[in-house]
Amino acid sequence: MRVAKKKTGGILEGDLTPMIDMTFQLIAFFMVLINFSQAEQNEKIQLPDSQLAKPPEGPLEFPITIHLTTEGTAIIGSSELPIAALGPILIKERQVAASQGIGANEATIIIRAHKFAQTGRVQELIQKCQENDFEKFALRAKEDVGNN
Amino acid sequence: MKVRHGRSGGDDKIELQMTPMIDIVFQLLVFFIMTFKIVSQEGDFNVKMPLAAPAAGAPDDLQLPPMKVRLRAGAGGLLAGVSLNDKGFGTDMDALRLDIIGFIGDDRGPGSIQETAEVELDCDYGLNYEHVIQAITAVSGHIDGSGNVVKLVEKIKFAPPRQASGE
Repeated sequence: MRVAKKKTGGILEGDLTPMIDMTFQLIAFFMVLINFSQAEQNEKIQLPDSQLAKPPEGPLEFPITIHLTTEGTAIIGSSELPIAALGPILIKERQVAASQGIGANEATIIIRAHKFAQTGRVQELIQKCQENDFEKFALRAKEDVGNN
Repeated sequence: MKVRHGRSGGDDKIELQMTPMIDIVFQLLVFFIMTFKIVSQEGDFNVKMPLAAPAAGAPDDLQLPPMKVRLRAGAGGLLAGVSLNDKGFGTDMDALRLDIIGFIGDDRGPGSIQETAEVELDCDYGLNYEHVIQAITAVSGHIDGSGNVVKLVEKIKFAPPRQASGE
């Protein structure tokens, strides 16, 4: 009986093209969806839900984001401090706005309060900002898509 | 003159080194996978609240008095009751919304009730903030059957904060 001889010694080359195609598509997918706007987020804060919470149509003029935790402390930038101690930071923000020709009454304070934060604390925060001539506030909520 | 002949055999295969590229591509992929975070959409309710100042002149006759929405807190900061101008709705925000719709009517445009109406939220100190947002949602609009937002009251303000002990 004749036995067919196997070809030996050749290099087996797998076709990498589909894998590379797929990998590039995955990279493109993640690149498009990546969100670098971490400055406005804080993992301590769970926003309340609202059906009407739609993203703003245009960028806000001089937004200042303040997070409010359940413990009643305010987080602005990288510092967490009691509401009563916010004064110097707000004065600094007001000065920065003024240096850009924006009045404190034109700047918008974005309040990202935890859904279980006490309302009285939120009002204290608003009052503190008002004492520093800020008038425009944006109460931030998470879009509730489940109940539409 | 001696001319150097290039290699033009045609049979030579140019083999690209794929390994470094695949290494980098996989590193990029791992980076994006690790940093990927699904972020839900966020939106704002705009509130314009200058510091309370004494009235400079005579009150505007066309300006309606603000509708007072009272939110009472129960145990653990949960909503115990909601009322509009002393008319109670239990904890039903939909009933509050229907009452607001009844007040505003279909009048829209400049100078309409919808444009001039104002709501003042009077909340207990210890009330969970999520109930305030629910109330603001109820008074500021609703979504109709076709998915469009119907605006109701746009001017919202807070009453002076109540004391923590007054709950």
